[in-house]
Amino acid sequence: MASGVKPRVKVPKSASAGDTITLKTLISHKMESGQRKDDDGNPIPRSIINRFTCEFNGQMVLDTTLEPAISTNPYFQFDAMVPEAGEFKFTWYDDDGSVYDTAKKISVA
Amino acid sequence: MKFTRREMIVLGSGAALAAGVGVTPALASVTDDLIAAFTGGAEMGEGGITLNTPEIAENGNTVPVEFSAPGATEVSLWADGNPVPPVATFKFGPLNPTRSAATRIRLAGTQNVIAVAKMEDGSFQMAKATIKVTIGGCGG
Repeated sequence: MASGVKPRVKVPKSASAGDTITLKTLISHKMESGQRKDDDGNPIPRSIINRFTCEFNGQMVLDTTLEPAISTNPYFQFDAMVPEAGEFKFTWYDDDGSVYDTAKKISVA
Repeated sequence: MKFTRREMIVLGSGAALAAGVGVTPALASVTDDLIAAFTGGAEMGEGGITLNTPEIAENGNTVPVEFSAPGATEVSLWADGNPVPPVATFKFGPLNPTRSAATRIRLAGTQNVIAVAKMEDGSFQMAKATIKVTIGGCGG
């Protein structure tokens, strides 16, 4: 498991039903591309997050496949429609098999 | 016929410009093949997707990229000058009304970023943007 991985997400606390809200996510990860070489000229093996998903109450909002061309500390901003109160679940899948997840509740005013 | 020093400079820079025009990154054809694999060789329209990128990126390690493709189910990004041209694929679920997203990508050098959207009716839409990169983002 890559060290120091910390997911951060920004979700509004409440919204009106049917509203479109903007979600921002960032996860600290070095996203080693596999293209770089260390001081001795040996290639540094690839170690990235290869998939990111966002679900709301079990329904898919976004499912992203990541390649080495995604920057260090992958950042995503996207929109979601909130039909009812519930929970956004964010999941990141690492190359080494680790899964990082976090969840944020949203209430409907 | 004799050239003055000044004429030589003008001629030389003209030749350099001519050589610079039409140069495509070496991996462009690889990207074309990958895109053809994604679309199944279908014709691509333009205008259904907008790609928002900076014209000049000072640091190739983090280049902000934003797209919006209303009605798309899937959007793929490619960078045709990167050693690994695919950048990311976004699949949208029913709860995503705008079908837009923003992220940050790495670019090895000045090149084109291509976004291809698969629409709900099965057609494909494409957008392309050239980004000038001052410092490449592939490490050394």
